[in-house]
Amino acid sequence: MADIYAYITHKDGVADDSALELVAAAKQIDANAAVTAIVTGSGADVDNVADAVAASYAKVLKFNLDALAYPNAEVVRKLLVNVLPADAIVLISNDTFGMDLGPGLSIKLDSTFVADVVGIEGVDGAALKVIRQEYSGMVSTHVTADMSSGAVVNLRPGVFAPDESQSAGGSVEDKSGDAGDLTTKRTFLEVVEAEVGDVDITKSDVLVSVGRGIEDEENIEIAQELADAMGAVVSCSRPIVDAKWLEKSRQVGTSGQTVKPKVYLACGISGSFQHMGGIKGAPFIVAINKNVKAPIFQVADVGIEADILDFLPELTDAIKES
Amino acid sequence: MEILVCVKRVPDTAENEIEVNRDGSDIERDDLVYSVNEWDNYAVEEAILIRDKVGGSVTVVTVGDDESEEVLRREMAMGADNGLLLCDDAFAGSDGKGVASLLKAAVEKGKYDLILTGAQADGGAAEVGGMLAAMLDYPYASLVNKIEVDGDKLKVGREIEGGNQEMSEIQLPCVLSIQTGINEPRYVGIRGIRKVASVEIPQQGAADLAVDAATVGAAGARVKRLDYFVPEMGEGADMLEGSTEEIVAKLMELLKAKGGLK
Repeated sequence: MADIYAYITHKDGVADDSALELVAAAKQIDANAAVTAIVTGSGADVDNVADAVAASYAKVLKFNLDALAYPNAEVVRKLLVNVLPADAIVLISNDTFGMDLGPGLSIKLDSTFVADVVGIEGVDGAALKVIRQEYSGMVSTHVTADMSSGAVVNLRPGVFAPDESQSAGGSVEDKSGDAGDLTTKRTFLEVVEAEVGDVDITKSDVLVSVGRGIEDEENIEIAQELADAMGAVVSCSRPIVDAKWLEKSRQVGTSGQTVKPKVYLACGISGSFQHMGGIKGAPFIVAINKNVKAPIFQVADVGIEADILDFLPELTDAIKES
Repeated sequence: MEILVCVKRVPDTAENEIEVNRDGSDIERDDLVYSVNEWDNYAVEEAILIRDKVGGSVTVVTVGDDESEEVLRREMAMGADNGLLLCDDAFAGSDGKGVASLLKAAVEKGKYDLILTGAQADGGAAEVGGMLAAMLDYPYASLVNKIEVDGDKLKVGREIEGGNQEMSEIQLPCVLSIQTGINEPRYVGIRGIRKVASVEIPQQGAADLAVDAATVGAAGARVKRLDYFVPEMGEGADMLEGSTEEIVAKLMELLKAKGGLK
Protein backbone atom coordinates (compact mmCIF):
# COMPACT_ATOMS: atom_id res chain seq x y z
CA MET A 1 0.00 0.00 0.00
CA ALA A 2 1.08 3.56 -0.68
CA ASP A 3 2.51 5.65 2.16
CA ILE A 4 0.09 7.41 4.51
CA TYR A 5 0.55 11.08 5.40
CA ALA A 6 -1.35 13.16 7.95
CA TYR A 7 -1.55 16.95 7.79
CA ILE A 8 -1.30 18.36 11.33
CA THR A 9 -3.24 21.50 12.18
CA HIS A 10 -2.03 23.52 15.15
CA LYS A 11 -2.60 26.77 16.97
CA ASP A 12 -0.41 28.75 19.37
CA GLY A 13 2.28 26.06 19.26
CA VAL A 14 -0.06 23.20 20.21
CA ALA A 15 -1.18 20.43 17.84
CA ASP A 16 -4.93 20.09 17.35
CA ASP A 17 -6.64 17.07 18.97
CA SER A 18 -7.11 15.69 15.46
CA ALA A 19 -3.36 14.90 15.27
CA LEU A 20 -3.90 11.76 17.35
CA GLU A 21 -7.21 10.97 15.63
CA LEU A 22 -5.56 10.93 12.20
CA VAL A 23 -2.85 8.47 13.26
CA ALA A 24 -5.54 6.23 14.79
CA ALA A 25 -7.49 6.35 11.52
CA ALA A 26 -4.32 5.59 9.54
CA LYS A 27 -3.86 2.39 11.54
CA GLN A 28 -7.43 1.40 10.70
CA ILE A 29 -6.49 1.71 7.02
CA ASP A 30 -3.19 -0.17 7.45
CA ALA A 31 -2.34 -1.66 10.84
CA ASN A 32 1.38 -1.73 9.96
CA ALA A 33 1.49 1.75 8.46
CA ALA A 34 4.50 3.92 9.23
CA VAL A 35 2.56 7.17 9.18
CA THR A 36 4.26 10.44 8.27
CA ALA A 37 3.09 13.72 9.81
CA ILE A 38 3.38 16.99 7.92
CA VAL A 39 3.70 20.14 10.02
CA THR A 40 3.78 23.56 8.37
CA GLY A 41 4.08 27.07 9.77
CA SER A 42 6.71 29.54 10.78
CA GLY A 43 8.85 30.20 13.84
CA ALA A 44 9.25 28.32 17.10
CA ASP A 45 5.63 27.10 17.08
CA VAL A 46 6.33 24.71 14.20
CA ASP A 47 9.37 23.26 15.99
CA ASN A 48 7.33 22.68 19.16
CA VAL A 49 4.44 21.05 17.31
CA ALA A 50 6.76 18.85 15.23
CA ASP A 51 8.62 17.67 18.32
CA ALA A 52 5.36 16.99 20.17
CA VAL A 53 3.77 14.85 17.44
CA ALA A 54 6.99 12.91 16.75
CA ALA A 55 6.09 10.55 19.62
CA SER A 56 2.99 9.44 17.71
CA TYR A 57 4.27 9.41 14.12
CA ALA A 58 7.01 7.34 12.45
CA LYS A 59 8.32 10.44 10.74
CA VAL A 60 7.59 14.17 10.87
CA LEU A 61 8.25 16.41 7.86
CA LYS A 62 8.60 19.99 9.04
CA PHE A 63 8.21 23.07 6.82
CA ASN A 64 9.19 26.27 8.59
CA LEU A 65 8.75 29.23 6.24
CA ASP A 66 7.39 32.79 6.46
CA ALA A 67 4.98 32.01 3.60
CA LEU A 68 3.36 29.36 5.83
CA ALA A 69 2.87 31.61 8.86
CA TYR A 70 -0.92 31.52 8.50
CA PRO A 71 -2.52 28.26 7.29
CA ASN A 72 -3.83 29.47 3.91
CA ALA A 73 -5.17 26.30 2.24
CA GLU A 74 -4.19 27.57 -1.21
CA VAL A 75 -0.54 27.87 -0.12
CA VAL A 76 -0.52 24.57 1.78
CA ARG A 77 -2.03 22.80 -1.21
CA LYS A 78 0.79 23.99 -3.45
CA LEU A 79 3.33 22.83 -0.89
CA LEU A 80 1.75 19.37 -0.60
CA VAL A 81 1.58 18.97 -4.38
CA ASN A 82 5.28 19.91 -4.54
CA VAL A 83 6.45 17.44 -1.88
CA LEU A 84 4.07 14.45 -1.81
CA PRO A 85 4.35 11.37 -4.04
CA ALA A 86 1.46 11.16 -6.54
CA ASP A 87 0.02 7.97 -5.02
CA ALA A 88 0.10 9.25 -1.41
CA ILE A 89 -2.81 8.58 0.94
CA VAL A 90 -3.32 11.93 2.67
CA LEU A 91 -5.41 12.23 5.84
CA ILE A 92 -6.83 15.64 6.77
CA SER A 93 -9.14 16.73 9.58
CA ASN A 94 -12.47 17.86 8.08
CA ASP A 95 -12.48 21.25 9.82
CA THR A 96 -12.88 24.57 8.01
CA PHE A 97 -9.23 24.40 6.92
CA GLY A 98 -9.47 20.78 5.74
CA MET A 99 -12.65 21.54 3.79
CA ASP A 100 -10.75 24.36 2.07
CA LEU A 101 -7.76 22.12 1.28
CA GLY A 102 -8.91 18.56 0.53
CA PRO A 103 -11.05 18.67 -2.63
CA GLY A 104 -8.62 20.78 -4.67
CA LEU A 105 -5.62 18.81 -3.40
CA SER A 106 -7.13 15.57 -4.72
CA ILE A 107 -7.51 17.09 -8.19
CA LYS A 108 -3.91 18.37 -8.23
CA LEU A 109 -2.60 14.96 -7.09
CA ASP A 110 -4.99 13.23 -9.53
CA SER A 111 -6.17 11.08 -6.66
CA THR A 112 -9.54 10.18 -5.16
CA PHE A 113 -11.23 12.44 -2.61
CA VAL A 114 -13.43 11.14 0.19
CA ALA A 115 -15.18 13.82 2.26
CA ASP A 116 -16.17 13.88 5.92
CA VAL A 117 -15.49 10.24 6.79
CA VAL A 118 -16.99 9.08 10.12
CA GLY A 119 -15.84 5.44 10.09
CA ILE A 120 -13.31 3.19 8.36
CA GLU A 121 -14.50 -0.32 7.53
CA GLY A 122 -11.31 -1.64 5.92
CA VAL A 123 -9.39 -2.04 2.71
CA ASP A 124 -10.07 -4.56 -0.06
CA GLY A 125 -7.31 -4.43 -2.68
CA ALA A 126 -7.17 -0.79 -3.77
CA ALA A 127 -10.65 -0.03 -2.45
CA LEU A 128 -11.01 1.82 0.83
CA LYS A 129 -14.40 1.20 2.45
CA VAL A 130 -15.68 3.98 4.72
CA ILE A 131 -18.83 5.26 6.36
CA ARG A 132 -20.22 8.70 5.57
CA GLN A 133 -23.41 10.54 6.45
CA GLU A 134 -25.88 12.30 4.16
CA TYR A 135 -28.89 14.57 4.64
CA SER A 136 -27.51 16.33 7.73
CA GLY A 137 -26.79 13.00 9.43
CA MET A 138 -30.29 11.55 8.99
CA VAL A 139 -28.92 8.55 7.05
CA SER A 140 -25.52 6.87 6.75
CA THR A 141 -23.88 5.24 3.74
CA HIS A 142 -21.11 2.76 3.04
CA VAL A 143 -18.81 4.16 0.38
CA THR A 144 -15.87 2.69 -1.50
CA ALA A 145 -13.03 4.84 -2.78
CA ASP A 146 -10.53 3.67 -5.38
CA MET A 147 -7.07 4.40 -3.91
CA SER A 148 -5.08 2.97 -6.83
CA SER A 149 -3.75 6.41 -7.76
CA GLY A 150 -3.72 7.76 -4.22
CA ALA A 151 -6.40 9.33 -2.03
CA VAL A 152 -7.19 12.42 0.01
CA VAL A 153 -9.37 11.41 2.94
CA ASN A 154 -11.01 14.08 5.10
CA LEU A 155 -11.94 12.69 8.53
CA ARG A 156 -14.60 14.23 10.73
CA PRO A 157 -12.99 15.70 13.88
CA GLY A 158 -13.89 14.06 17.17
CA VAL A 159 -15.17 10.69 15.90
CA PHE A 160 -11.97 8.61 15.80
CA ALA A 161 -10.70 7.65 19.25
CA PRO A 162 -7.26 9.29 19.58
CA ASP A 163 -4.20 7.01 19.57
CA GLU A 164 -2.48 8.12 22.75
CA SER A 165 0.04 5.26 22.83
CA GLN A 166 2.89 7.56 21.71
CA SER A 167 4.48 4.35 20.46
CA ALA A 168 6.01 5.58 17.22
CA GLY A 169 8.93 7.64 18.53
CA GLY A 170 9.61 9.15 15.14
CA SER A 171 12.21 11.59 13.89
CA VAL A 172 11.72 15.17 12.72
CA GLU A 173 13.14 16.15 9.35
CA ASP A 174 13.28 19.81 8.35
CA LYS A 175 12.21 19.84 4.69
CA SER A 176 11.76 23.61 4.36
CA GLY A 177 14.28 23.66 1.50
CA ASP A 178 12.06 21.36 -0.60
CA ALA A 179 8.90 23.48 -0.38
CA GLY A 180 9.22 24.90 -3.90
CA ASP A 181 7.14 27.73 -5.37
CA LEU A 182 4.32 28.75 -3.00
CA THR A 183 2.89 31.80 -4.77
CA THR A 184 -0.91 31.84 -5.02
CA LYS A 185 -3.73 34.15 -6.11
CA ARG A 186 -5.28 34.27 -2.65
CA THR A 187 -3.62 36.33 0.08
CA PHE A 188 -4.49 36.09 3.77
CA LEU A 189 -5.25 39.47 5.36
CA GLU A 190 -6.50 38.99 8.94
CA VAL A 191 -8.81 37.08 11.25
CA VAL A 192 -11.77 39.12 12.49
CA GLU A 193 -12.75 37.83 15.93
CA ALA A 194 -16.40 37.03 16.59
CA GLU A 195 -18.37 39.89 18.11
CA VAL A 196 -19.20 39.69 21.77
CA GLY A 197 -22.95 39.82 22.31
CA ASP A 198 -25.12 41.17 25.11
CA VAL A 199 -25.30 37.76 26.78
CA ASP A 200 -22.42 35.32 27.28
CA ILE A 201 -23.99 31.88 26.71
CA THR A 202 -20.70 30.17 27.62
CA LYS A 203 -21.12 31.28 31.23
CA SER A 204 -24.63 29.86 31.78
CA ASP A 205 -25.24 26.54 33.59
CA VAL A 206 -28.62 26.11 31.94
CA LEU A 207 -29.34 26.79 28.27
CA VAL A 208 -32.71 26.80 26.52
CA SER A 209 -31.56 26.35 22.93
CA VAL A 210 -33.85 26.81 19.95
CA GLY A 211 -33.61 25.54 16.37
CA ARG A 212 -35.64 25.51 13.19
CA GLY A 213 -38.65 24.09 15.10
CA ILE A 214 -39.34 27.56 16.51
CA GLU A 215 -40.63 28.38 13.00
CA ASP A 216 -41.00 32.15 13.40
CA GLU A 217 -39.09 35.08 14.87
CA GLU A 218 -42.04 36.00 17.11
CA ASN A 219 -41.92 32.56 18.72
CA ILE A 220 -38.44 33.17 20.16
CA GLU A 221 -40.37 34.80 23.00
CA ILE A 222 -41.77 31.39 23.99
CA ALA A 223 -38.22 30.16 24.60
CA GLN A 224 -37.26 33.39 26.38
CA GLU A 225 -40.21 33.04 28.76
CA LEU A 226 -39.17 29.48 29.63
CA ALA A 227 -35.57 30.59 30.11
CA ASP A 228 -36.73 33.42 32.41
CA ALA A 229 -38.80 30.98 34.47
CA MET A 230 -35.83 28.61 34.78
CA GLY A 231 -33.18 31.26 35.37
CA ALA A 232 -31.57 30.11 32.13
CA VAL A 233 -30.24 31.81 29.00
CA VAL A 234 -31.50 31.38 25.42
CA SER A 235 -29.05 30.02 22.87
CA CYS A 236 -29.72 28.65 19.39
CA SER A 237 -28.59 26.61 16.41
CA ARG A 238 -27.29 27.96 13.13
CA PRO A 239 -30.55 28.44 11.13
CA ILE A 240 -31.81 30.91 13.76
CA VAL A 241 -28.72 33.09 13.27
CA ASP A 242 -28.88 32.74 9.47
CA ALA A 243 -32.47 34.04 9.68
CA LYS A 244 -31.17 36.94 11.83
CA TRP A 245 -33.64 36.11 14.64
CA LEU A 246 -30.86 36.00 17.26
CA GLU A 247 -27.32 37.33 17.41
CA LYS A 248 -24.38 35.23 16.25
CA SER A 249 -23.02 35.29 19.81
CA ARG A 250 -25.98 33.07 20.86
CA GLN A 251 -25.12 30.30 18.38
CA VAL A 252 -23.91 26.96 19.76
CA GLY A 253 -21.73 24.90 17.41
CA THR A 254 -18.35 24.57 15.73
CA SER A 255 -18.98 27.78 13.82
CA GLY A 256 -20.39 29.49 16.92
CA GLN A 257 -19.77 29.22 20.66
CA THR A 258 -18.50 26.22 22.59
CA VAL A 259 -20.63 25.85 25.74
CA LYS A 260 -20.28 23.75 28.89
CA PRO A 261 -23.65 23.96 30.66
CA LYS A 262 -24.98 21.50 33.26
CA VAL A 263 -28.34 21.26 31.51
CA TYR A 264 -29.06 21.76 27.80
CA LEU A 265 -32.64 21.93 26.51
CA ALA A 266 -32.54 21.35 22.75
CA CYS A 267 -35.86 22.71 21.51
CA GLY A 268 -36.69 21.97 17.87
CA ILE A 269 -33.02 21.31 17.12
CA SER A 270 -32.21 18.39 14.79
CA GLY A 271 -28.74 17.89 16.28
CA SER A 272 -26.25 18.13 13.42
CA PHE A 273 -22.67 17.20 14.28
CA GLN A 274 -21.65 20.83 13.79
CA HIS A 275 -24.13 21.83 16.48
CA MET A 276 -23.21 19.01 18.88
CA GLY A 277 -19.52 19.86 18.36
CA GLY A 278 -20.15 23.06 20.32
CA ILE A 279 -21.47 21.26 23.42
CA LYS A 280 -18.76 20.07 25.80
CA GLY A 281 -18.59 18.77 29.36
CA ALA A 282 -21.33 16.11 28.99
CA PRO A 283 -24.36 18.12 30.12
CA PHE A 284 -27.77 16.59 30.81
CA ILE A 285 -29.42 17.00 27.40
CA VAL A 286 -33.19 17.16 26.97
CA ALA A 287 -34.40 16.99 23.37
CA ILE A 288 -37.85 18.26 22.46
CA ASN A 289 -38.71 17.71 18.80
CA LYS A 290 -41.77 16.70 16.80
CA ASN A 291 -39.62 14.62 14.44
CA VAL A 292 -38.86 11.41 16.33
CA LYS A 293 -36.18 10.55 13.71
CA ALA A 294 -34.13 13.69 14.49
CA PRO A 295 -30.48 12.75 15.27
CA ILE A 296 -30.71 14.77 18.51
CA PHE A 297 -32.61 11.86 20.11
CA GLN A 298 -29.53 9.66 19.66
CA VAL A 299 -27.36 11.91 21.80
CA ALA A 300 -29.90 13.31 24.28
CA ASP A 301 -30.40 11.83 27.76
CA VAL A 302 -34.12 12.46 27.73
CA GLY A 303 -36.39 12.89 24.71
CA ILE A 304 -39.86 14.33 24.28
CA GLU A 305 -41.75 13.93 21.01
CA ALA A 306 -43.71 17.16 20.86
CA ASP A 307 -44.13 20.43 18.98
CA ILE A 308 -42.11 22.94 21.00
CA LEU A 309 -44.67 25.67 20.23
CA ASP A 310 -47.21 23.70 22.28
CA PHE A 311 -44.91 22.10 24.83
CA LEU A 312 -42.68 24.98 25.96
CA PRO A 313 -45.56 27.22 27.17
CA GLU A 314 -46.97 24.25 29.16
CA LEU A 315 -43.59 23.73 30.80
CA THR A 316 -43.20 27.46 31.50
CA ASP A 317 -46.61 27.64 33.17
CA ALA A 318 -45.92 24.57 35.31
CA ILE A 319 -42.57 25.98 36.46
CA LYS A 320 -44.14 29.34 37.32
CA GLU A 321 -46.85 27.62 39.35
CA SER A 322 -44.48 25.40 41.30
CA MET B 1 -19.21 40.93 -13.79
CA GLU B 2 -20.25 37.64 -15.42
CA ILE B 3 -21.23 35.25 -12.63
CA LEU B 4 -22.00 31.54 -12.84
CA VAL B 5 -23.79 29.91 -9.90
CA CYS B 6 -23.85 26.10 -9.64
CA VAL B 7 -27.06 24.83 -8.03
CA LYS B 8 -28.65 21.47 -7.23
CA ARG B 9 -32.19 20.14 -6.82
CA VAL B 10 -32.33 18.21 -3.54
CA PRO B 11 -34.91 16.66 -1.21
CA ASP B 12 -35.89 19.39 1.24
CA THR B 13 -34.83 18.19 4.70
CA ALA B 14 -37.03 20.84 6.35
CA GLU B 15 -40.10 19.37 4.61
CA ASN B 16 -39.29 15.65 4.64
CA GLU B 17 -38.23 12.91 6.99
CA ILE B 18 -35.40 11.22 5.12
CA GLU B 19 -35.69 7.45 5.52
CA VAL B 20 -33.88 4.48 4.02
CA ASN B 21 -35.95 2.42 1.56
CA ARG B 22 -36.77 -1.26 2.03
CA ASP B 23 -33.61 -2.78 0.55
CA GLY B 24 -31.23 0.02 1.54
CA SER B 25 -30.45 0.90 -2.08
CA ASP B 26 -31.70 4.49 -1.80
CA ILE B 27 -33.67 6.84 0.41
CA GLU B 28 -37.45 6.51 0.28
CA ARG B 29 -38.32 8.84 -2.61
CA ASP B 30 -42.13 8.50 -2.67
CA ASP B 31 -43.82 11.80 -1.80
CA LEU B 32 -40.52 13.67 -1.30
CA VAL B 33 -40.68 17.44 -1.58
CA TYR B 34 -37.72 18.79 -3.57
CA SER B 35 -36.30 22.29 -3.58
CA VAL B 36 -33.12 24.14 -4.42
CA ASN B 37 -30.23 23.28 -2.09
CA GLU B 38 -30.34 25.84 0.74
CA TRP B 39 -26.67 26.90 0.40
CA ASP B 40 -27.10 27.41 -3.37
CA ASN B 41 -29.99 29.79 -2.77
CA TYR B 42 -27.70 32.05 -0.71
CA ALA B 43 -25.13 31.84 -3.52
CA VAL B 44 -27.68 32.97 -6.12
CA GLU B 45 -28.83 35.86 -3.89
CA GLU B 46 -25.21 36.95 -3.45
CA ALA B 47 -24.64 36.82 -7.21
CA ILE B 48 -27.72 38.97 -7.82
CA LEU B 49 -26.57 41.52 -5.21
CA ILE B 50 -23.12 41.76 -6.83
CA ARG B 51 -24.61 42.10 -10.33
CA ASP B 52 -26.97 44.83 -9.18
CA LYS B 53 -24.01 46.73 -7.74
CA VAL B 54 -21.36 46.37 -10.48
CA GLY B 55 -23.36 45.24 -13.54
CA GLY B 56 -23.06 42.07 -15.60
CA SER B 57 -25.18 38.94 -15.55
CA VAL B 58 -25.97 35.88 -13.45
CA THR B 59 -26.27 32.42 -14.98
CA VAL B 60 -27.50 29.46 -12.93
CA VAL B 61 -26.33 25.99 -13.99
CA THR B 62 -27.16 22.53 -12.74
CA VAL B 63 -26.27 18.94 -13.58
CA GLY B 64 -29.51 17.01 -13.52
CA ASP B 65 -32.54 15.71 -15.36
CA ASP B 66 -35.58 17.48 -16.83
CA GLU B 67 -37.05 17.92 -13.35
CA SER B 68 -34.05 20.01 -12.34
CA GLU B 69 -35.35 22.71 -14.64
CA GLU B 70 -37.76 23.76 -11.90
CA VAL B 71 -34.94 24.90 -9.59
CA LEU B 72 -33.30 26.83 -12.43
CA ARG B 73 -36.62 28.58 -13.05
CA ARG B 74 -37.02 29.33 -9.36
CA GLU B 75 -33.59 30.98 -9.24
CA MET B 76 -34.39 32.90 -12.44
CA ALA B 77 -37.57 34.10 -10.76
CA MET B 78 -35.31 35.41 -7.98
CA GLY B 79 -33.41 37.44 -10.54
CA ALA B 80 -30.84 35.26 -12.30
CA ASP B 81 -30.62 36.20 -15.99
CA ASN B 82 -29.93 32.83 -17.61
CA GLY B 83 -30.32 29.12 -16.89
CA LEU B 84 -28.28 26.21 -18.21
CA LEU B 85 -29.12 22.52 -17.75
CA LEU B 86 -26.35 19.95 -18.14
CA CYS B 87 -28.36 16.85 -18.91
CA ASP B 88 -27.39 13.46 -20.37
CA ASP B 89 -28.04 9.83 -19.46
CA ALA B 90 -24.26 9.45 -19.32
CA PHE B 91 -24.08 11.90 -16.38
CA ALA B 92 -26.19 9.76 -14.02
CA GLY B 93 -24.30 8.40 -11.03
CA SER B 94 -21.42 10.89 -11.31
CA ASP B 95 -19.31 11.32 -8.19
CA GLY B 96 -18.22 14.79 -7.03
CA LYS B 97 -15.28 14.79 -9.41
CA GLY B 98 -17.57 13.83 -12.30
CA VAL B 99 -19.93 16.72 -11.52
CA ALA B 100 -16.97 19.12 -11.21
CA SER B 101 -15.59 18.01 -14.60
CA LEU B 102 -18.99 18.66 -16.25
CA LEU B 103 -19.14 22.12 -14.68
CA LYS B 104 -15.57 22.77 -15.83
CA ALA B 105 -16.59 21.98 -19.40
CA ALA B 106 -19.55 24.38 -19.10
CA VAL B 107 -17.31 27.13 -17.64
CA GLU B 108 -14.88 26.77 -20.54
CA LYS B 109 -17.69 27.18 -23.08
CA GLY B 110 -18.65 30.50 -21.48
CA LYS B 111 -16.79 33.48 -20.09
CA TYR B 112 -17.22 33.95 -16.37
CA ASP B 113 -15.34 36.14 -13.89
CA LEU B 114 -16.79 34.61 -10.77
CA ILE B 115 -18.14 31.12 -10.07
CA LEU B 116 -20.17 30.44 -6.95
CA THR B 117 -21.38 27.17 -5.45
CA GLY B 118 -23.19 26.39 -2.21
CA ALA B 119 -20.77 25.32 0.55
CA GLN B 120 -22.41 21.88 0.57
CA ALA B 121 -25.50 19.99 -0.57
CA ASP B 122 -27.49 16.88 0.40
CA GLY B 123 -24.46 14.56 0.29
CA GLY B 124 -22.61 16.75 2.78
CA ALA B 125 -19.30 16.37 0.93
CA ALA B 126 -18.65 20.07 0.28
CA GLU B 127 -16.30 19.05 -2.51
CA VAL B 128 -17.45 20.24 -5.95
CA GLY B 129 -16.39 23.89 -5.66
CA GLY B 130 -12.82 23.10 -4.59
CA MET B 131 -12.47 20.45 -7.27
CA LEU B 132 -13.82 22.78 -9.97
CA ALA B 133 -11.39 25.53 -8.95
CA ALA B 134 -8.42 23.16 -9.06
CA MET B 135 -9.47 21.81 -12.48
CA LEU B 136 -9.71 25.37 -13.84
CA ASP B 137 -6.55 26.44 -12.00
CA TYR B 138 -8.54 29.29 -10.43
CA PRO B 139 -8.02 30.38 -6.82
CA TYR B 140 -10.64 29.09 -4.37
CA ALA B 141 -12.11 29.96 -1.00
CA SER B 142 -14.71 27.86 0.82
CA LEU B 143 -17.38 28.72 3.42
CA VAL B 144 -17.47 32.33 2.26
CA ASN B 145 -19.72 34.65 4.31
CA LYS B 146 -18.64 38.05 2.94
CA ILE B 147 -17.73 39.36 -0.52
CA GLU B 148 -16.57 42.85 -1.46
CA VAL B 149 -15.71 43.64 -5.08
CA ASP B 150 -12.48 45.62 -5.53
CA GLY B 151 -11.61 45.94 -9.25
CA ASP B 152 -10.12 42.68 -10.52
CA LYS B 153 -9.93 41.33 -6.97
CA LEU B 154 -12.39 40.39 -4.25
CA LYS B 155 -12.08 40.77 -0.52
CA VAL B 156 -13.70 37.67 0.94
CA GLY B 157 -14.45 36.44 4.45
CA ARG B 158 -14.47 32.74 5.32
CA GLU B 159 -16.39 31.43 8.29
CA ILE B 160 -13.92 29.55 10.50
CA GLU B 161 -14.17 27.91 13.92
CA GLY B 162 -15.62 29.81 16.85
CA GLY B 163 -17.60 32.27 14.72
CA ASN B 164 -14.39 34.01 13.63
CA GLN B 165 -13.95 35.31 10.10
CA GLU B 166 -10.83 34.80 8.00
CA MET B 167 -10.37 37.70 5.56
CA SER B 168 -8.44 37.22 2.32
CA GLU B 169 -7.87 38.92 -0.99
CA ILE B 170 -8.53 36.72 -4.01
CA GLN B 171 -7.91 37.42 -7.71
CA LEU B 172 -10.58 37.01 -10.38
CA PRO B 173 -11.50 34.74 -11.97
CA CYS B 174 -12.08 32.56 -8.93
CA VAL B 175 -14.42 29.98 -7.40
CA LEU B 176 -16.09 30.58 -4.03
CA SER B 177 -18.32 28.24 -2.02
CA ILE B 178 -20.98 30.19 -0.15
CA GLN B 179 -22.02 29.66 3.48
CA THR B 180 -25.57 30.23 4.69
CA GLY B 181 -26.17 33.52 6.49
CA ILE B 182 -24.11 35.63 4.04
CA ASN B 183 -27.32 37.45 3.05
CA GLU B 184 -31.09 37.11 3.30
CA PRO B 185 -32.35 35.40 0.13
CA ARG B 186 -35.38 37.18 -1.32
CA TYR B 187 -38.78 35.56 -1.34
CA VAL B 188 -40.01 34.10 -4.62
CA GLY B 189 -43.75 34.30 -5.19
CA ILE B 190 -45.97 32.42 -7.60
CA ARG B 191 -46.09 35.50 -9.85
CA GLY B 192 -42.33 35.55 -10.15
CA ILE B 193 -42.29 31.87 -11.11
CA ARG B 194 -45.04 32.47 -13.71
CA LYS B 195 -42.99 35.22 -15.35
CA VAL B 196 -40.19 32.81 -16.22
CA ALA B 197 -42.39 29.76 -16.83
CA SER B 198 -42.05 29.92 -20.60
CA VAL B 199 -38.41 30.99 -20.83
CA GLU B 200 -36.40 28.52 -22.91
CA ILE B 201 -33.62 26.92 -20.85
CA PRO B 202 -30.80 25.57 -23.01
CA GLN B 203 -29.60 22.01 -22.40
CA GLN B 204 -26.14 20.61 -23.01
CA GLY B 205 -25.18 16.93 -23.15
CA ALA B 206 -21.91 15.02 -23.30
CA ALA B 207 -21.39 15.82 -26.99
CA ASP B 208 -22.08 19.57 -26.53
CA LEU B 209 -19.64 19.73 -23.63
CA ALA B 210 -17.08 17.54 -25.43
CA VAL B 211 -16.61 15.34 -22.36
CA ASP B 212 -15.70 11.69 -22.66
CA ALA B 213 -18.76 9.82 -21.37
CA ALA B 214 -16.50 7.16 -19.82
CA THR B 215 -14.94 9.73 -17.44
CA VAL B 216 -18.28 10.85 -15.93
CA GLY B 217 -21.41 9.13 -14.65
CA ALA B 218 -21.33 5.85 -12.76
CA ALA B 219 -18.67 4.47 -15.16
CA GLY B 220 -16.16 7.19 -14.30
CA ALA B 221 -16.82 7.36 -10.56
CA ARG B 222 -13.91 6.48 -8.30
CA VAL B 223 -16.10 7.00 -5.23
CA LYS B 224 -19.14 4.72 -5.09
CA ARG B 225 -22.00 4.60 -2.60
CA LEU B 226 -22.83 0.98 -1.75
CA ASP B 227 -25.96 1.45 0.35
CA TYR B 228 -27.93 3.59 2.77
CA PHE B 229 -28.45 2.56 6.37
CA VAL B 230 -29.35 3.90 9.80
CA PRO B 231 -26.60 3.05 12.26
CA GLU B 232 -27.26 1.35 15.59
CA MET B 233 -26.50 4.19 17.98
CA GLY B 234 -26.99 2.40 21.29
CA GLU B 235 -29.79 3.34 23.62
CA GLY B 236 -30.47 6.90 22.56
CA ALA B 237 -32.67 9.18 24.62
CA ASP B 238 -34.99 7.93 27.34
CA MET B 239 -38.32 9.01 25.78
CA LEU B 240 -40.83 10.51 28.19
CA GLU B 241 -44.34 9.18 27.52
CA GLY B 242 -47.82 10.03 28.76
CA SER B 243 -50.05 13.07 28.77
CA THR B 244 -48.46 16.50 28.41
CA GLU B 245 -49.14 17.09 32.10
CA GLU B 246 -47.36 13.87 33.06
CA ILE B 247 -44.42 14.59 30.80
CA VAL B 248 -44.07 18.12 32.19
CA ALA B 249 -44.10 16.75 35.75
CA LYS B 250 -41.47 14.09 34.97
CA LEU B 251 -39.29 16.60 33.18
CA MET B 252 -39.45 19.10 36.07
CA GLU B 253 -38.37 16.36 38.46
CA LEU B 254 -35.40 15.48 36.23
CA LEU B 255 -34.44 19.14 35.76
CA LYS B 256 -34.46 19.66 39.53
CA ALA B 257 -32.22 16.63 40.04
CA LYS B 258 -29.74 17.81 37.40
CA GLY B 259 -29.54 21.43 38.50
CA GLY B 260 -31.73 22.85 35.73
CA LEU B 261 -34.40 24.07 38.16
CA LYS B 262 -34.05 25.62 41.56
